[in-house]
Amino acid sequence: MKLQQLSLFIENRPGHLGAPLEALAAAGINLVTLSLADTAQFGILRLIVRDWERAKQVLERAGWVVNVTEVVAVDVVDRPGGLAEILKVLEGAGLNVEYLYAFALRREGRSILVLRFEDPDRALQVLDAAGLHGAAAEELFSHLP
Amino acid sequence: MSTTVPASDHRIYDPAETLPRPELAALQLARLRALVERVAQVPFYRDHLGRRDLSPRSIRSLDDLRRLPFTTKADLRQHQPLGFLAVPRADVARIHGSSGTTGRPTFVAYTAGDLQTWAGLCARFLVAGGLRPEHTVQIAFGFGLFTGGFGLHYGVERVGAAVIPAASGNTRRQLDIMRELNPEVLVCTPSYALTIADGARELGIDPRALPLRYGHFGGEPWTEDMRREIEDQLDIQAFNNYGLSEIIGPGVSGECAAHNGMHIQEDHFLVECLDPETLEPVPEGEPGELVITTLTREAWPMLRYRTRDIARLWREPCPCGRTTMRMSRVAGRSDDMLIIRGVNVFPSQIEEALLRVEGTTPHYLIEVDRPGTLDRVKVQVEIRPELFSDRMDRMQALRERIAREVHTVAGIRTEVELVEPRTIERFAGKAKRVVDRRNLSTD
Repeated sequence: MKLQQLSLFIENRPGHLGAPLEALAAAGINLVTLSLADTAQFGILRLIVRDWERAKQVLERAGWVVNVTEVVAVDVVDRPGGLAEILKVLEGAGLNVEYLYAFALRREGRSILVLRFEDPDRALQVLDAAGLHGAAAEELFSHLP
Repeated sequence: MSTTVPASDHRIYDPAETLPRPELAALQLARLRALVERVAQVPFYRDHLGRRDLSPRSIRSLDDLRRLPFTTKADLRQHQPLGFLAVPRADVARIHGSSGTTGRPTFVAYTAGDLQTWAGLCARFLVAGGLRPEHTVQIAFGFGLFTGGFGLHYGVERVGAAVIPAASGNTRRQLDIMRELNPEVLVCTPSYALTIADGARELGIDPRALPLRYGHFGGEPWTEDMRREIEDQLDIQAFNNYGLSEIIGPGVSGECAAHNGMHIQEDHFLVECLDPETLEPVPEGEPGELVITTLTREAWPMLRYRTRDIARLWREPCPCGRTTMRMSRVAGRSDDMLIIRGVNVFPSQIEEALLRVEGTTPHYLIEVDRPGTLDRVKVQVEIRPELFSDRMDRMQALRERIAREVHTVAGIRTEVELVEPRTIERFAGKAKRVVDRRNLSTD
């Protein structure tokens, strides 16, 4: 399945990572997961939240530059080789993963992989054809606290 | 650089523009002597010349110009209003003013003779830039204390062309007038020319289909990139002209069809190009501050007025046939010029580089320091939604592109720092673009 991911530009300085997270907390918005890509000077904070439209509004009103990207979420069975299997399929189809991050669903013994592609639709087709179904949104979000 | 000049554009309004250099020099010397006599009517100059024991007889060659005192904007302000008037008030025919950065206008005065001279100077650059008596010119400059509107107005009339004094603003109305009256020529600031093109597109009009063929732009600094943009968007030839109200207004210099520098009207102005620190002449072709002496102004003569405008001068003959010295675009102001590892850099160049990368100028700040023996320049650029990507490789590429463009335009290596929106301090009025931490002297 596809998810809307929010990305924020933040400077790599004390307090700059916490501020947007505090703004979301104050608005009662829970994070599904996040990842951070950083350089010595700045970072890109990527967030998955249930109500991404409201989160975007909250962050933009507070002055952050927010970017919305479609990413692909895939179920991975939590066992050795789970991720390698998926990557092999993608590699076989000539699809380049721009970046990825993962998070675990505690109850299920499963992991969810979030992948960024140039063409998310094509990636989904490839994964479907290989019998690797993307996590369903309802299911994914229903496991959230 | 291209120097092809179409034969039809070889017209020259005034034979004075092609005077052989020795004749021009003799005329300048005679006029300089008369000027020194005339400025004795101005207390400021009378005191200066008296202290240095200078009289018209001390001016034996044009080199003696360097013995004359400088005049600064601060001097003009101190002697407002009209403290530099060199004729009886009854002989004043017009008063203009510049807004300046301090709020109160600085006034300048003209005699009837000055107005005649001025119209002739504007006629010269208008003709050099394609104006013919059969043309119609839409002037979208302000008509008021600002010298642009009236200066060009009388210049166009002098050529014998028709003027539409549309004045500035109201783009919709400008376009209506343009489409009903079909002017071939547009006069305005370069940025307003782009506003007119935008306005046309908003109304569903192709700006290239407008009747315009030539544009004469001035009143603010602009770049070659902007010229290309204007020429492309409006399908016209764009000409640059230069002047300042303290001297006369537009008409100090203007481009010919070679589009390679502006011809200085040297029979009316002596222009020096000096190092703003040492006040010594810079080698020909090097950037320096323009210092202008008015040779023929009656009501408002200026000795060595420090314009603070930085440009280059060169004497190489022009294929158009004019014998006058040429000047480059104004590359900046001597008051914000930075010297980075020996290279002169102007904030406007950094701005041009950012414009190239982004298509619009973001908020930015130039920080200079000297951690060891070498200058280090850091350019902070506020990130904007259009520039931001969730991909790190794109963000790194953006930084590199900005650094590369700055190097191309300004010739210096810089460290580019991307910062969050609204982190660079905003200033009311003129933006502060430079923080120089190299000189921490307290005197």
